[in-house]
Amino acid sequence: MSQGQNQRAPTRPQTMVTFSIGPQRLAVPATSLLEVMDPLPVTRVPGAGRLVPGVVNVRGSVVPFADLGAALGLPRGGDVANHRFVVVEVDVGGDLSTVVIHADAVHEVASLHPEAILTASASLSPWPAEFLLGLYKSGDGFVILPDLVQVFSTLAKKPSTPSSNGTTI
Amino acid sequence: MIPDDLAQLFHEELRDLLDSLDRGLLDLRATPEDPALIDQVFRDLHTIKGNGAMFGFAELSGFVHGFETAFERIRSGAAKVTPEVIRLALRARDEIPGLLDGQAGTADARQALLSDLSAALSDGAAVHSATRVANPPSLGQQDARQTHWQTLQFALDGAAFDLGVRPDLILAELQTVGAVGFVAETDAIPDLAQLDPSVCHIVWTCDVPPGVGEEAIADVFMFAEATWTLVAKDPAPQAQPMPAAPAIDTADNPPTKTEAPSAPTPSAAPTVRVPAERLDALMDAVGELVIVEARLTELALNSQDAALLATAEQITRLANGLRDATMTLRMVPIRSLVGRFRRLVSELADHLGKPVNFVVQGEETELDKTLIEKLADPIVHLLRNALDHGVETAKDRQTAQKHSVATVTLSAAHEGTEVVVRIRDDGKGMDPAKIREKAVAMGLIAPEASLDRSQIFALIFAPGFSTASQVTEVSGRGVGMDVVKRTIEGLRGRIELTSEPGQGTEIALHMPLTLAIIDGLLVDVAGERYALPMGAVQEIVELPADKTNPDTTSDFLDVRGEFVPFLRLRAAFDCAGEAPRTQNVVIVSASGGKVGIVVDRIISTQQVVIKHMSKLHAHVRSISGATILGDGKVALILDTAQLITLGHHQAGSAGHARGAAA
Repeated sequence: MSQGQNQRAPTRPQTMVTFSIGPQRLAVPATSLLEVMDPLPVTRVPGAGRLVPGVVNVRGSVVPFADLGAALGLPRGGDVANHRFVVVEVDVGGDLSTVVIHADAVHEVASLHPEAILTASASLSPWPAEFLLGLYKSGDGFVILPDLVQVFSTLAKKPSTPSSNGTTI
Repeated sequence: MIPDDLAQLFHEELRDLLDSLDRGLLDLRATPEDPALIDQVFRDLHTIKGNGAMFGFAELSGFVHGFETAFERIRSGAAKVTPEVIRLALRARDEIPGLLDGQAGTADARQALLSDLSAALSDGAAVHSATRVANPPSLGQQDARQTHWQTLQFALDGAAFDLGVRPDLILAELQTVGAVGFVAETDAIPDLAQLDPSVCHIVWTCDVPPGVGEEAIADVFMFAEATWTLVAKDPAPQAQPMPAAPAIDTADNPPTKTEAPSAPTPSAAPTVRVPAERLDALMDAVGELVIVEARLTELALNSQDAALLATAEQITRLANGLRDATMTLRMVPIRSLVGRFRRLVSELADHLGKPVNFVVQGEETELDKTLIEKLADPIVHLLRNALDHGVETAKDRQTAQKHSVATVTLSAAHEGTEVVVRIRDDGKGMDPAKIREKAVAMGLIAPEASLDRSQIFALIFAPGFSTASQVTEVSGRGVGMDVVKRTIEGLRGRIELTSEPGQGTEIALHMPLTLAIIDGLLVDVAGERYALPMGAVQEIVELPADKTNPDTTSDFLDVRGEFVPFLRLRAAFDCAGEAPRTQNVVIVSASGGKVGIVVDRIISTQQVVIKHMSKLHAHVRSISGATILGDGKVALILDTAQLITLGHHQAGSAGHARGAAA
């Protein structure tokens, strides 16, 4: 969590990249974004579960492909033509790792003033609060700020949900 | 302040020097009169002293200086090497790392150690005849040097200040050999605008007393790139070894000499120290090349253009050569660890009063550098266990009609895609009944549980397990074997333990080679491609028609009379769809056994660049890595050892099910 709080600390406006998963808008700091690319073929990793179901070749590196929507309980959707891969660099269990996130659409680069960020309260928000740094209101409704460090470190620690028939491989 | 990379280089070198010192001292105990060994030890000490002084560890270099002075008596033949001297010298050596990280004992203790050492050296004061043969300097040079004061002029070369050279320390060291009358010539210092602050523009001259030879001066400049000349004042012309050149301020003066930053030991082959990350970068580049090469080959085959095909073939050959060369760069012989182990065993044997002969086999076996470093601690632990628990006292051994000196063997060898490190002792072995009893007492197993031998032995890897009735200083606290197991498994290795009561115990660590590029067999399973390490593949057969139905209970294959369990990858990996009519079975083997892997189709063999799976996939057991294919897609590399375990486990449970049904 300490990492998460550090990210909340800055008082100067932060540059954020916003994207959608299903109907929900999300924003991640531009500093952790490596690139946005058209979807690439994903190789399924048997037994890896649905949260990090596969790997992708990103410029010669084998990078895990994460379904952030599934981790946050968001439904997928949108026009396939708008689907993008968002490549981020995140601290996973102590190591800086590259992870690919599926986005149903990528919107804009926006400047976000820290004072605009609201704390996601565990009881009120429909999203798992431990995975959120907060949220803010924009013209298109609430935008949530996922705590990528927390999400991926949790996924690395415990195996995500086993595959359908429970085979442990 | 010392730049970080230099400080790291210093630490690395010091570690190597301490290893070499260890080796030298231990060898010296066996052959106390070997002049080459004495020189080796002396050189190591001297280099440690010099490096320490250069990096500002005054206390360290002071202490090592005392150490070196004591050893000088041996080198000069004034004293003899005795076991006591070696014992004290090893203790003194152990003080060195502490002085570096500020965790040293008291200065008094160190002083006492040095006095003990010189006392021990004075005891054996009998001058022995087998003194070292010094290189006799040419007589004329010697004469002039002996009788005349000399002029030394020196300048520091290159970006001296960037390299951490300290002129003040050099001047101080010159003073210790008796140099006086230092004059700094500042003429060469350019205007401020042209001044490169990393270069030392000052040229010094000083007077050196008679009797100080070039050797002593070279020692001073051992750690600095310097150009220097030493000329006898008013020398007799015929005795002047160098062209008479009293004016020595020209740059192209012939009698100049440049010393390398650290004098390489003459016995060692020339080596280059390269940071591991540069090797990683090179390996990555080679990996990319191999991927592009696969793509090129694919395109060439599709085009059927003869010239293009020939070029692609050439590129393949070159890439293979480059791959092999790069991979060997990362490989380090296990010998680099062995010195540490010999020291440990020798001290432990003394401490426990158990005479032990430590045998090392396969020192030349090479392993990936990172793997070697991570194996050190587990091996130390296993050796300790072998000596403490395995080996009996000399008296007990005599009672058991064994040779009174026990043998502990450390061996390393390549076996298929693995490197196997074995630690074997000829001690009392493990008693399954005793382990069982203890495990029941600890509540690890139920009293009525029926376990076979290997299952019982596996219990010793349970956390907190120890059968030593007495906790000793060395081991027996029950921490360790579980840690060893975790470490080995973390490196994707396996541990095997075999033991015969009265005969001894052997623990085998099966480690993957973790080569960055391997030859792979590419297979197709329900449209997904996987790679199998070619080294593990024994043969490929067709799945017999009567086994194609996945519901058949007997998942065994009769391979020329041998029953091999097999694993259907489609089922294991939850693949959708129907299996094709004909399927292939790839029979893989490792020292854990054999298993047949049922795949839809064999695609090809090709070089496979191993990319590691991220932490997010660390829990996926049957995959050891991934690779990028010619078309840019990712294929997963199957972990054959895991699949073998899985296959045998499945066959075992199928057997149980049949047994229950019958």
